[in-house]
Amino acid sequence: MTSPVDGPNCPVPHGVYRQIQLGHGSGGKMSAALLAERFLPHFGNPTLTKLGDAAVVDVASSRLAVSTDTFVVRPLEFPGGNIGTLAIHGTVNDLAMMGARAKYLTAGFVLEEGLELLTLDRIIAEMARAASEAGVVIITGDTKVVERGKADGVFINTTGVGEMDAAFMPAPERARPGDAVLVSGPIGRHGIAVMAVREGMAFEAEVESDTANLSPLVELLRGAVGSAVHVLRDPTRGGMASALNEIARAAGVGIMLDETAIPIPGPVSAACEMLGFDPLYVANEGIMVAIVDHDSSELALAALRAHPLGTEAVVIGRVVPEHAGLVALRTAIGGTRVVDMLPGDQLPRIC
Amino acid sequence: MKYLSEYRDPKIARSLADQIRSTASRRWVLMEVCGGQTHTIVKQGIDELLHDAVEMIHGPGCPVCVTPLEQIDRALHIAARPDVVFTSFGDMLRVPGSESDLFQVRANGGDVRIVYSPLDALEIARRHPDKEVVFFAVGFETTAPANAMAVWRAKQLDVSNFSVLVSHVTVPPAMTALLASPDNRVQAFLAAGHVCTVMGWTEYEPLAATYRVPIVVTGFEPLDLLEGILMAVNQLEKGRHEVENQYVRSVRREGNRPAQDVIGKVFRLVDRQWRGIGMIPSSGLGLREEYAAFDAELKFGVSVVTATEPEECHAGDVLRGKMKPHECPAFGTLCTPERPLGAPMVSSEGACAAYFNYGRFRSAAAKA
Repeated sequence: MTSPVDGPNCPVPHGVYRQIQLGHGSGGKMSAALLAERFLPHFGNPTLTKLGDAAVVDVASSRLAVSTDTFVVRPLEFPGGNIGTLAIHGTVNDLAMMGARAKYLTAGFVLEEGLELLTLDRIIAEMARAASEAGVVIITGDTKVVERGKADGVFINTTGVGEMDAAFMPAPERARPGDAVLVSGPIGRHGIAVMAVREGMAFEAEVESDTANLSPLVELLRGAVGSAVHVLRDPTRGGMASALNEIARAAGVGIMLDETAIPIPGPVSAACEMLGFDPLYVANEGIMVAIVDHDSSELALAALRAHPLGTEAVVIGRVVPEHAGLVALRTAIGGTRVVDMLPGDQLPRIC
Repeated sequence: MKYLSEYRDPKIARSLADQIRSTASRRWVLMEVCGGQTHTIVKQGIDELLHDAVEMIHGPGCPVCVTPLEQIDRALHIAARPDVVFTSFGDMLRVPGSESDLFQVRANGGDVRIVYSPLDALEIARRHPDKEVVFFAVGFETTAPANAMAVWRAKQLDVSNFSVLVSHVTVPPAMTALLASPDNRVQAFLAAGHVCTVMGWTEYEPLAATYRVPIVVTGFEPLDLLEGILMAVNQLEKGRHEVENQYVRSVRREGNRPAQDVIGKVFRLVDRQWRGIGMIPSSGLGLREEYAAFDAELKFGVSVVTATEPEECHAGDVLRGKMKPHECPAFGTLCTPERPLGAPMVSSEGACAAYFNYGRFRSAAAKA
């Protein structure tokens, strides 16, 4: 056996992939590498390379944000929502995180032969309700049907277009040392809700997905503190930890979290304890991280708490000049640790 | 959260840490046996809090890490068969074998599934009589009872398409091997609380007496570990060497008899190769002859699959506590969780993964 390492002679590495693995879809380092190594070399352009939640483009005299997202989830329906609500909220939220107001959506459906029409009806009805609540219009769409076994019930793609406001343009690279890191609500609910149904696990209380349209919260922040909002991010797959790492890297700053301040619902932490998961890496669909100028953080908190989605909003940490590009956490007992991005999905442990 | 937050109370934690610092008249060398304990220590920054009072050496209690290369290769061989559904705890899927890992076998079309219990694997076998369902039975005494129970049930129910690839290991022989080693530095052990929940602690009494080493059966929450460390330091300061139990809410001296009984019915002691450490006599569990029909190694004829463990692997030094993860020249550069050179960088209980995931900021600060 040959080893690439001079000195230690451990089993050979297998980081060189010849096929797509599930971990490439985790939102962690494998996903990032897939983009950087496969897609960007061919598609790269100044707009795409920013890799924001949405792209910002100028068309005639108006500045628009455009975002696209594809939704695959098993089960299709879960406590708190279904794949249709996710498809609306996901794209509307991606636009909102750029400071854009979503106006129009497109929707593409890949339907699997054998999908119950009653199920499809429920998904479409929820989707329509979510769109109307978010004030977006679905203006064009597409359907394709594939043979049984070639898809998982239904896959949905939505693309959204939103209007930008030059006076309010939060972006990951705008995080500055001294800023406060806010979260709008308790973390980990979507990922655990979906997993509990999929794996048939029962916890002390049913966990509902947090899937929600975040634009009302963004509007409140905009009204209260305006451009003092430096970054907005919805920590979906990969969870809070991955979102904060992306911000720390984009802005070249460190982020220090306070473990005791992070709101984690009891059933989420119970489920995570049992499975050996860290709630910081569990997906959310209805909360956001806001990085706000320190002097405006109290006003921003008050604005978030005025909305039903934001009643549990808190400051969970701050942006620091030290350890640029890294997210660290002060533990309850006073130690510190790194909160890194995971390579792929979290794996349930042995014991 | 009930039964959890009370073991993470910051005030009590700080007071215990103060007591440990004021009790220790010198810097003692302690080993926590279990990888779950290592993760709490590094994740909570306990080693950092107690730096001047104790040096924590991380023990070999990571089942994924010590599973030998050839056993992983056998798993990969079986999992790649079209007639097989290969089931495993999630941890094992990213562990590198000689040329691949279970994730890659799955990407290649193998039916590899994560289960949360071996009894779930047995259920899959009952639902798919046309498939051979194999469970990768790894772990210490903690997972052995449930794994034994699955095999015992399979025999009761006559589920002939179910089998297990066994790579069980036991803790006391590994501790003996560490203590008997001429360059041993460990002065006291924190024994693994969940292993002792099953086995009790009578096995550890002769070890404590022979090697004159304090052994404290310890839990996994921050306060458990701090209290266990304090008890060990107290013994060391007074020159005592006894087995004490910190994890009283879970462990009794005699352990869990029904669990021991089912282990004894299904398994027998065998010699076992430990990845990175080598052969330790009578340190593993294998299936008894009455259960040979459920032995995946025999069923699929993979006993012949062998792999050469590299002679000089630093993972072994880490597992034996001779080297701290960040002292390895490959740590964090050539060896990372997404490109692991050894299993301790992969497993959620591996010491290298704990240092990498939680500690990089600290080691960077220490260098600065």
